[in-house]
Amino acid sequence: MTQVTQITDLNEVVRKAAEYRETQDESVRDRIVSNIYNEAETLASSVVSHLERRVDWDRKIDNIVTSRILGYPLMLALLGAVFWVTLSGANVPTDMLANFFFGLEEHLSALFFQFGAPDWLHGLVVLGTYRALAWVVSVMLPPMAIFFPIFTLLEDLGYLPRVAFNLDRAFKRVGAHGKQALTMSMGFGCNAAGVIAARIIDSPRERMIAILTNNFVPCNGRFPAIIAISMIFLAGGVISVYGTILAAAMVVALILIGISVTLLVSWLLSKTLLRGEPSTFTLELPPYRKPQIIPVIVRSLFDRTLFVLTRAVIVAAPAGALTWIFANIYIGDLSVIGYVAGWLDPFARAIGLDGIIVLAFILGLPANEIVVPIMVMSYLAAGSMLEFDSLLAFRQLLLSQNWTMLTALNFMIFSLLHFPCGTTLLTIRKETGSLKWTVLAATIPTIVAVLVCFIIAQGARLTGLV
Amino acid sequence: MGLTCQSSGKGVLREDFLSYETKSDYIVALAGNPNTGKSTVFNALTGLKQHTGNWPGKTVTQALGNYRHGQKLITLVDLPGTYSLLANSPEEQVARDFICFAEPDATVVVVDSTCLERNLNLVLQVLEITPKTIVCLNLIDEARRKKLRIDVEMLAIKLGVPVIPTAARSKEGLGFLKDTINRVASDAIQLNPLRLKYEDRLEVAISKLAGELEPLLPERINKRWIALRLLDGDYTVIDGIQKFLEKKIVVEGFAS
Repeated sequence: MTQVTQITDLNEVVRKAAEYRETQDESVRDRIVSNIYNEAETLASSVVSHLERRVDWDRKIDNIVTSRILGYPLMLALLGAVFWVTLSGANVPTDMLANFFFGLEEHLSALFFQFGAPDWLHGLVVLGTYRALAWVVSVMLPPMAIFFPIFTLLEDLGYLPRVAFNLDRAFKRVGAHGKQALTMSMGFGCNAAGVIAARIIDSPRERMIAILTNNFVPCNGRFPAIIAISMIFLAGGVISVYGTILAAAMVVALILIGISVTLLVSWLLSKTLLRGEPSTFTLELPPYRKPQIIPVIVRSLFDRTLFVLTRAVIVAAPAGALTWIFANIYIGDLSVIGYVAGWLDPFARAIGLDGIIVLAFILGLPANEIVVPIMVMSYLAAGSMLEFDSLLAFRQLLLSQNWTMLTALNFMIFSLLHFPCGTTLLTIRKETGSLKWTVLAATIPTIVAVLVCFIIAQGARLTGLV
Repeated sequence: MGLTCQSSGKGVLREDFLSYETKSDYIVALAGNPNTGKSTVFNALTGLKQHTGNWPGKTVTQALGNYRHGQKLITLVDLPGTYSLLANSPEEQVARDFICFAEPDATVVVVDSTCLERNLNLVLQVLEITPKTIVCLNLIDEARRKKLRIDVEMLAIKLGVPVIPTAARSKEGLGFLKDTINRVASDAIQLNPLRLKYEDRLEVAISKLAGELEPLLPERINKRWIALRLLDGDYTVIDGIQKFLEKKIVVEGFAS
């Protein structure tokens, strides 16, 4: 027998099946499905028995956390509480770590001088690499070690689908898919993961919207920077209940801005480049489950905290050294960094930042984690030596570089809205298979970030706030 | 005509659906509704650390893992979580084609004990394709906590395949599950899967088409199920068959 006859015969069978379907007055699919469902129902009711009538707690809780009136306020309160715990818990260990690293730096420097190491080597290793690393670890580690386990606990508990349920209506209204609420939640962990998760959206149009807007929620790499800056600026670098509440409120407000921008850009896209009707879907609300506390903590410490930290350290070490070199190579009487930053400065000032911040964001393209280290290195190398032993000292450093409340706010906003990191862009390229969309995925956020920062900066200046 | 499984070699054929060459003794598919702890079962059995989370749609890609049990090397294939196998979505098609055409030595359906009815829909559909099925009654601890009693033996008798209660998070029942997988894969258990009965006129059409498919398809492929799919108007199943046949014929031609 041959392949040809076999396929022909098969086609014959398919034709007969189609013929049969035409003779039917009602849908065969419906009959098959209802048969399966009936059988499942009979089976289940014959083997399952309730030992006692019990209150359906899941339902009761869901009625509250997904209610029209209380849903959003509860979400905000929870988010606020999470960040408040993170910020107030991170303050003390951050100071302790900073103290420790500063103490170590003195010894390191002493060691270098004892062996008569040249100044440039001491600068490169201690003032460049070591300081960048010390900053990354002491400012990023404590908030991450607190925030990630709490977030993972919420994920395990089953709260995230409720968030998606609450946000579903909003996403539908802007012409996007309700499941985008889930991919957005993934983005809080890692935008590259959020982009991959967009596969759960069947419609290509809505999937593209989800991919293009995923970047507007802060990922693991950006959270620490945002938390750190709000801790330093709004909480004033000292421990006070009022300060931490203010800082936590700031982070929550930023997240709300991120979500609003996500919705706004989704709406714009669905009205212009990606026109269409939103498709419906059923979102299953999984039962609440008691999270496995110890494994969750261990997992989030190792998988998330250490992962992010390692990545930051690996990139920050060479970046710190490189920044130090560029900050100490002079063209005329300006260092390379000073030169580039000076060139960027007029533009940066217009959007409420400064040249060094913009340069740090550009150099931070490979990984968002290194934006702050690069920035600090550049500031440090620019001359002003400071005792690096507490959050207060960091505040002093930023203030000495003419940071104002506006700079801090726009730094956080720019960090929230700017172009995705290199990994995310590569993932978008892979997932969409299109260079055009990848370029767009970088361009849209950049335009949005510049625009928003510009408006805030000009607004603040016009009203005389700054 | 000699178009049997033995002549083509399972490994080659599976590769087409697996894109993975395997030297393991058994290939076992892991199916289940989304959010039933399928990934947790997968991780617990293979010792891998695929990210798990309490939301539907976590597993979007097929994952593979190996483990050893009773001197056998078993490859576990984590299929995408689906509510049915009616090919409503690409995930459902992937899961279905694998169970039907990659001929796994056993298919484990992970179900959530706390909402058995919804999960049994998938079990019944898997049973329509392959008898070599094991029902993993997962989250049994959750069911106990909710004071649900499930008559496991009765369920096993009615379904005609093994039913293993497990709590994958605390590793409860996993040893028994592994034993059962090996026994089903080696045909050491008599299986008598529940067969869904459709109304008479549909049944007549099914048998007629299945009869015509009989000489066209290899022995191990379930013709009744293919016939049912065709009558349902689900022609995506033809893609699977063609992929399957081409591979077989190519291998056949090469061997002779």
